[in-house]
Amino acid sequence: MSKPLDFDAAEQLAMATGDVEPEQLDHDAPVSLPPPGPRYEAVPRAASPAIPEPEGELLEVSVGPHHPSTHGVFRMNVVLDGEKIVQLKPVFGYLHRNHEKLGEQTTYLGNMPYTDRLDYFCSLSNNWAYALAVEKLAGLKVPERAEYIRVITAELTRLVNHSSLVGFLLHDMGTMGTPLMYAFREREKILDAFEALTGARMMCNYHRFGGCRVDLPPGWLDQVRTIVDNFPRFIDEMERLLSENEVLIARTHGVGVLPPELAVNAGVTGPSLRASGINYDLRKVDRYGIYDRFQFRVPLGEKGDVYDRYMMRILEMRESVKILQQALRDIPEGPVIDPKVRLRNFTPPVGEAYGRIEAPKGELGFYLISDGSKKPYRYRIRPPSFINLTVLEDMCRGHTLADAVIILGAVDIVLGEVDR
Amino acid sequence: MIETARNFVGSYYDPARFPTIQYPEERQPLPENSRSFPILIYDGEDPEAGLRCVACKICEKECPPQCIYIVVERDEKGRAKRHPAVFDLDISVCMGCQICVEVCPFDSIKMDVAFEKAGTDRFGRMLLHKQDLARPNEYFHQIHPTEAAQSDERVGKTKKAPKPKPKPAADAAAERQPSRLAA
Repeated sequence: MSKPLDFDAAEQLAMATGDVEPEQLDHDAPVSLPPPGPRYEAVPRAASPAIPEPEGELLEVSVGPHHPSTHGVFRMNVVLDGEKIVQLKPVFGYLHRNHEKLGEQTTYLGNMPYTDRLDYFCSLSNNWAYALAVEKLAGLKVPERAEYIRVITAELTRLVNHSSLVGFLLHDMGTMGTPLMYAFREREKILDAFEALTGARMMCNYHRFGGCRVDLPPGWLDQVRTIVDNFPRFIDEMERLLSENEVLIARTHGVGVLPPELAVNAGVTGPSLRASGINYDLRKVDRYGIYDRFQFRVPLGEKGDVYDRYMMRILEMRESVKILQQALRDIPEGPVIDPKVRLRNFTPPVGEAYGRIEAPKGELGFYLISDGSKKPYRYRIRPPSFINLTVLEDMCRGHTLADAVIILGAVDIVLGEVDR
Repeated sequence: MIETARNFVGSYYDPARFPTIQYPEERQPLPENSRSFPILIYDGEDPEAGLRCVACKICEKECPPQCIYIVVERDEKGRAKRHPAVFDLDISVCMGCQICVEVCPFDSIKMDVAFEKAGTDRFGRMLLHKQDLARPNEYFHQIHPTEAAQSDERVGKTKKAPKPKPKPAADAAAERQPSRLAA
């Protein structure tokens, strides 16, 4: 990539090459702020280009909603010229459950179990993002131990999500389940830990406003330590099995390239954005919770193709293991919930708040407006899978339908979150 | 290839590589915190008289999918007795979030661990009445020992001394916390 995309690096480069002169750094001088707005040029996205003159007859195919490769009830209306895709329209809404209006009908606490069901692979990150938004709204502080528990559960969730994603992606390429079963085997161990802590394997409903619901059961930290210590062995095996695999490379190299400009302008977040080489991770940008205490790096891709997105997941799992090891080492004793927070009749003051975290799939945000009653006045979610899906057509155009399945798989969607 | 072989051979002796079990015949012990559907706890012998529930309807109000239905029992003069005449819970609607357990001030509703609730009929067998939901406190001690000990402490009863004629724990709790009843 010839264009400097990482602005910090570009500034450092300018300083190093002497483009910025020290005299300019006069603190009394009026500060000339950069123009407001994004660091990247905001380009309105063009409508789908006109379909070029086909060689033969165009063929319209409706893939889904019950196709096994669409990861749920998702439909792609594809227009094919021979084998090449010239147009792709995602159709969704089959799993719409009215989540946002439902959230305005239930109490703040009553909506917590519904957030589990958004992205049902990562219920604990959803809990955290929602709790963060409500805590911002009500101005609550979270005890130290609860912050550590939140980091541990969220990073375990990331391991669950990324390992299953790698399995599913390879399954889409036709590996008939071997990597998927290996991934699910590891996921199973983490889900056992979730069940021991929260009582449920997937619908955890564990975080509360101002902390966590219960303290860790005895022996739980040792159980997680065993999982975390054995996890790098699984990643190594996965990498030896897959990363240099001929089929995987042939199917993914140069497929579904997402240019960084398009990724930024379309609002793509998460591993897909970082695979395009843009250094944006909310754990580093926002430093929500206690992420400023941990040493970890943000992996970045170069080309933004499916292989980079696959690799991003593998590398992020390694970084998550590092965070987990530090959190498990440092976790203090203490209370896990602020005792002043009332469970029933919880009424945050009038106001609005937006809480966001780096969920495994990207930026997950909850926007809440309170009118001082027991229920939110307005409740809105910024789901990462839904927004990452908007660039699907741009990535798929010119590839075959078999590639579109892989590109969709690498976007990492969960329809519970797309449709809500 | 080597990795596949290692996993294949390893699955014969390494439990970390072969975690599956033959489910209906073989069962894994559930962790203590495991939860499935709510049950109602009673003290003593009689599931009707010993029921801790006082029909305060807090769980009915707080239940997110609204799967609980309670009717208060009344005496001849129409005054509310601290006892539910009807306590229905539709487990086809219940999502097992255990918010009812958290909000219950009388330690009456708790989570079960039995998860095999399949039925042949969509409506009848899924709607549980209070006699289906009632479980003795000893059962609660069996499934969640730590939580049951804490709950006994709160209810103010000793662990292994059910009195011959137990005063309903709910009443005892209600006397201690009259202000919560107003809610």
